[in-house]
Amino acid sequence: MSLEDLEKRTVYGPDNEEINVDPLQDYYCAATPEAKTEAQKGTAPIIEKFANWARSESLWVLAYGTGCGAIEMRPLMTPKYDAYRFGVQWRPTPRQSNLFIISGYLSIKTLKIAIRAYEQMPSPKYVMGVGSCTINGGMYFDSYNTINRLDHYMPVDVYVAGCMPRPESLLTGFDLLKKLIKEGKGTGADKYAKEFEWYKGNQKKIIKNWDMPDFNW
Amino acid sequence: MVNHIIIKLLYALLSLFIVLNIGLMLNGITRKIYARVNKRYGIRFYQPYIDLVKNYSLETLVSHGVMFYLGPLFRLTSGVGMIMFIPLIYGSEMFSNFSFSGDAVLLLYFMFFGTLGMALGAGESGQPYSAIGVARGLGQVTAAEIPLVLSFLAVFIQTQSLSLTEIVGSQQGGFLHWTMFTNPVATATAMLAYLGSMMRSPFDVVLAPQEIPIGPPTEYHGAFLGVLSTNRAIFTVAKNILYVNMFFGGATSWPELILKAFFLYMWSVVVGTIFPRFRVDQSIRWFLKVPLVLGLLSIILLQIG
Repeated sequence: MSLEDLEKRTVYGPDNEEINVDPLQDYYCAATPEAKTEAQKGTAPIIEKFANWARSESLWVLAYGTGCGAIEMRPLMTPKYDAYRFGVQWRPTPRQSNLFIISGYLSIKTLKIAIRAYEQMPSPKYVMGVGSCTINGGMYFDSYNTINRLDHYMPVDVYVAGCMPRPESLLTGFDLLKKLIKEGKGTGADKYAKEFEWYKGNQKKIIKNWDMPDFNW
Repeated sequence: MVNHIIIKLLYALLSLFIVLNIGLMLNGITRKIYARVNKRYGIRFYQPYIDLVKNYSLETLVSHGVMFYLGPLFRLTSGVGMIMFIPLIYGSEMFSNFSFSGDAVLLLYFMFFGTLGMALGAGESGQPYSAIGVARGLGQVTAAEIPLVLSFLAVFIQTQSLSLTEIVGSQQGGFLHWTMFTNPVATATAMLAYLGSMMRSPFDVVLAPQEIPIGPPTEYHGAFLGVLSTNRAIFTVAKNILYVNMFFGGATSWPELILKAFFLYMWSVVVGTIFPRFRVDQSIRWFLKVPLVLGLLSIILLQIG
């Protein structure tokens, strides 16, 4: 996608009828996200608790590897580690997943895709940062092309430290995330909505050719 | 009269609930067996229930228009409609649901209806993978439908009836009376056509994991996906029950029904484990070769015999 694709234009149909296309209005939702208050959730606490339990026991991971850490996620599907028994499953589309694992360093080019994917996930959504690259930049701390701190660009629920962390550490990370969600602390999406301006500012500071809408659902 | 209909409706809803549970358990147990064959511990067998609750509890973000909403609803209609009109237990007045003298034709219609609805809904989502999946799905289902209808026609001609209750009735009195033994060619055709609509390898080119991520439902999320997976559980069992009624002597009790449905489902699982995925042109060609010839043969044999 380039900037030109987002410009307004007029196209002609098969019978020469004029069609005005405004991609930002037609293909994307212009509204910015809003944090949900307790009243807006509109459910009794006990139902919310039950829903949180279900969310924590059924973590669908967006299978999108950003850095070298992606290779540590593969053993989790094999007989040796088998994360499926903890309710962790992999989904190929952001629309159907609720856990985004940033596995290692994020180059600026990948950050753009990661932001789009994160915004497309239905909330409540969670982010797990894997490896020291997501915490302070790790061995890429002075690279011109990678970001140093992931939580400047999207809210992170759980960090798994290491370079690279072994699959066992990821399993521990899943356990910790489950505990957080069950306690009702998995509110990354609300945080992102509340401090939307700050996150957007940080993202735009680092991504020079910003050729997408501000918020893409 | 009105009381009678209300009682029937309540029993139909009860059977719908039982069928949903059978479908979810079937899904969970199959995945558990798969995992054990792979020497994994596997998911918890009740994982499909948790996934369902979670999907309903997620926020529903976007809509792409009216058809996007109606797609999952049409899909659910096909599953629920089948259960409403299928006689589940032979000899039980209450679990015959709303079956009537021409129900077999209506059920054939319901089987195709969901696919069409899904095609319209997924087509409107604007996701290219959905469009590819829909195009493949419609082609393959249409190709599989021809031998399926031929085999059903053979059974209709054989029993001189369009009513499932009568077809099941004519198969009572020992397993040698089943259509499986009285008309083996039609049964073989139907079993081959059955594979085409189970979304399993070698005919899973519609969903095609690792190729087009998951095909038509790529854009469906939250409650939409919940409705779709609810239907998937109901529809699979409904189709199995239809087959049990048509070819395997029906069932006179719930345990018998569950056992027969389970083994029928395992047929698609075993085939799916053994054979790799067909491309869509290969699968259409395959359906128009072996099953189609078998289907025609089953009807011709009836005319001669």
